Amino acid sequence: MRERLDLTPGRIALLAVLAALLALVVAGPPLWSGAADEIDTAAMRAGASAAHPFGTDQLGRDLLARVLVATRLSLLLALATAALGFALGVAVGLLPALLGPRLRSVVATTINLFVAIPGLLLALLVATIVGIGAKGAVIALGVALAPQAARLTQTLAASVGGAEYVAASRVVGVRWPRLLGRHILPNIAAPLVLQFAMATSQALLALSALSFLGLGVQSPDYDWGALLSVGLDRMYVTPMAALGPGLAIVLAGVAINAGGDVLAAAIATDAPQRARRRRRAAGLAPSATLAAPVAEALADEAAPAAAASAAAAPAAAAPAADAAPGDVPAAPAVDPAPAPPAPAGPPAALRVERLSVSLPAAEGAVTPVREVSLTVGHGERVGIVGESGSGKSLTALAAAALLEPPFAVETAAHEIAGEPLFARAGTGRRRLLGRSLAVVFQDPLSALNPALRLRRQLTEAAIEHRDLDAGEATEAAIERLRELRLTRPEQRLGQHPHELSGGMRQRAVIAMGMTVRPGLIVADEPTTALDVAVEREVLAALRRANDEDGTAILLISHDIGVIASFCERVLVMYGGRIVEELPAADLRERAVHPYTRALLAAVPDMETDRDRPLPTIPGRPPTAAELPASCAFAARCAFASERCRAQQPPLVALDGAPGRRVACWHPAPDAAAPAPAAAAGDEREEERR
Amino acid sequence: MSGGHPWLRFAARRLLLLAASLALLIVLTFLAMRLVPGDPVRAALGPSASAEVVEARRAALGLDDPALVQLRDYAGRVVRGDFGESLTQRRAVGDILGERLPATARLCLLAFLVVALVALPLGVAIAVFTRGGTRPPLAGAFTLGTGVVMSIPEYLCAAGLVALFGVTLGWLPIAGAEQASSYVLPVLALAAVPTAILARLTRVETLRVLDQEYIRVARSKRLPARALYLRHLLPNALTATLTVGGLLFGAMIASTVIVENVFAWPGIGTTVVEAIIAKDYPLVQAVVLVLGAIVLVVNLLIDVVLGLLDPRSLIRES
Repeated sequence: MRERLDLTPGRIALLAVLAALLALVVAGPPLWSGAADEIDTAAMRAGASAAHPFGTDQLGRDLLARVLVATRLSLLLALATAALGFALGVAVGLLPALLGPRLRSVVATTINLFVAIPGLLLALLVATIVGIGAKGAVIALGVALAPQAARLTQTLAASVGGAEYVAASRVVGVRWPRLLGRHILPNIAAPLVLQFAMATSQALLALSALSFLGLGVQSPDYDWGALLSVGLDRMYVTPMAALGPGLAIVLAGVAINAGGDVLAAAIATDAPQRARRRRRAAGLAPSATLAAPVAEALADEAAPAAAASAAAAPAAAAPAADAAPGDVPAAPAVDPAPAPPAPAGPPAALRVERLSVSLPAAEGAVTPVREVSLTVGHGERVGIVGESGSGKSLTALAAAALLEPPFAVETAAHEIAGEPLFARAGTGRRRLLGRSLAVVFQDPLSALNPALRLRRQLTEAAIEHRDLDAGEATEAAIERLRELRLTRPEQRLGQHPHELSGGMRQRAVIAMGMTVRPGLIVADEPTTALDVAVEREVLAALRRANDEDGTAILLISHDIGVIASFCERVLVMYGGRIVEELPAADLRERAVHPYTRALLAAVPDMETDRDRPLPTIPGRPPTAAELPASCAFAARCAFASERCRAQQPPLVALDGAPGRRVACWHPAPDAAAPAPAAAAGDEREEERR
Repeated sequence: MSGGHPWLRFAARRLLLLAASLALLIVLTFLAMRLVPGDPVRAALGPSASAEVVEARRAALGLDDPALVQLRDYAGRVVRGDFGESLTQRRAVGDILGERLPATARLCLLAFLVVALVALPLGVAIAVFTRGGTRPPLAGAFTLGTGVVMSIPEYLCAAGLVALFGVTLGWLPIAGAEQASSYVLPVLALAAVPTAILARLTRVETLRVLDQEYIRVARSKRLPARALYLRHLLPNALTATLTVGGLLFGAMIASTVIVENVFAWPGIGTTVVEAIIAKDYPLVQAVVLVLGAIVLVVNLLIDVVLGLLDPRSLIRES
């Protein structure tokens, strides 16, 4: 509650305006009605002067005094109008909650019909009956407001859980006054107060409009609207004559609205709960607006682990340890090894050097991807594996040049099909990317545009980048869908996503990423949500594209089994960095990073002893905000030393093992591998012979 | 109404609602005229007419019939476009409407065009440029600017425009509809508030859609900006925008009544205010009926467009 009543400068100003309005309602007429009614034939239609800041009217009466005096009538009429509208509207709007289902729908339909008719027309009709004048205007506008208020009340009462709850209460004999007083009204009071304030301000504007047209308050009485219509004639000579009452109307309208807002917040019955929700939302401000991969990167647990890891860093540690977690890390002591050079021949499908992704957060920027360098050779199948939050999806999206603000992407080099991406701009870059790179996304339910038929979504990329005509592109799409065993593909193309089952949509999304036959497909967890049968089909389709078209594949997955069987080369990511890179053939037996080995150990194979629990990695991965300046895995690592907790290990080439890189202070010697590496190597050599 | 094609169900339901709303409008205007204090026939014929003449006139007008019969006759006449005779102008109300309605229609359509052409691109553009919390000054200026415009009622806006462009600068005519430039100020006065509301809503909706996964997917196809925004973004961002647009159009038709009076526009708005002051009941009745019917039909059309743009709305409806 306390944070609500904090006096911000805006609220102080608002309170001042509301207090001034109240003071004028009470004291305006007694103080100034003398001046307002004083006829001064010597100063008729005078311009603005020190004596008459707003000028005078046709009888020489001071317009400023009249504006001040008119406050009472203007505001009281507006309040009366809103009160009338709400009395009628709330009464009718509560009926559906109290009635049986049939009558309820009759009342609801009637309310809807009335809401469809513009309020001003209703008001004109009623004004004709009641007659013009202040009373007529109040009744007319009150009646015109009622349908809106009724609809609102009805919706609110229903959302309180009204209908069923009330039905149940009626069954047990709760009488309706108690129902209303105890259960319905208290729960809808806050929004009703807010709406009442809005209605009062609307009524003020509408009443002023009617008076302005000569249909509202009649002479000798006057409100702001009537003064405005007098002032408008005088616009040529004295702009303040019109602007004065105009400003009064706008200011009062805005102030009443804002006041209602504050009041409604203050009486909200679920105040503590809502405050808690808001605090939580504020703490997570960045992730609230971000798409799935970021939510993943900034897993939403609180930050005690960050504090713990900072505290655990010994005071004697290297200066780097002093940097707060989440800061951009100090430059590593050793330059990270560049990604291995691609062999001669066709240019690499993708090459990025020192890719970092950061985004602003409540406390400074967080950097969920740090200094990642990777190359996908022509026709190569490369996998990135890591837990949720390791930064693998962000890396993939950044490599595909698909990250948008608030993400900031930095690279030392970024080449697609051998061409520097940023050497081109606009259409050139778009064409390069469109022809050379396609992406298969992870969530098939949200990846399809709900407003477009499949035909459009599955053909547009091929039409744009392969210069196919619509017919050819359709043929290509049908072929892809058939490869993925989607039934009746021709018919599916004519349908909207919501007409398809989940499985069909999954296949359609995967086919969509494969229609342009690009040099590289980035597949971001393409099999995560799939059952095993579909997973095999999807991997087979990717493999076919790789075999037949020479399409390189960058496969992102948390499933090290899928990666090991599909890819030729594997990158292991942890805490936003590549921690190990190795050929897939070496993965099972020759991995040297403790994290890679722990990941592998957690996957059962045919020889796993099923009587013993599977090994797991203790703890959880750090969120982007918690990444330490030292080894991110140290906190969970059985081999971690002081050095691991103080210094970031650089990613360096592994001695004597071409194409292998590791970032670890204590890489496990091959001898410690589950099967001795030498023996494994011998076996392999024997196989070759 | 269950079963059948979703489109048919949707159309049937919508048409039924329209018919019910129109019927309600007819009943309301009919009741209003019966509730009018005093005797309209006496009022029309003037105090000098004899009691016999008044009686004869009442019988001729069918005012002695039972209420339901009168309602039936009234509805029949309205459907045929016969709104009776104006009490002040002594000629058919239908003819007066025929004269005045086109000027109002031109004003409203132009204003709505301005709203659509300014609010939609502005809202989308601001959303694209301020996406992900970038360029906070632009976002702040937009919110403040639209907030200020939204809080100024149309008659004040009209008065301000008159003061600035008509009086101080003397650039534009401030009354009548004689020349093309006469349209500028009334159209601006009518369009200002709806433009601000719609631009804000469009921005919010666009930001929402920009964060959807399918937009990222569409980006991954590297389509030209035109295809990305017009094909993939707009249909999804327009759903709420159009719904509110329809309501705003209804409100705008009502606002014309006020704006026309500021600019002495020869339309139906000036007519109805004169008619109310002169107690010309049949004329008021007809204006309310016709404007109400236009608003209802426009809302139906908007719903149909919505159904075409976003097929899911058909399902939500039923």
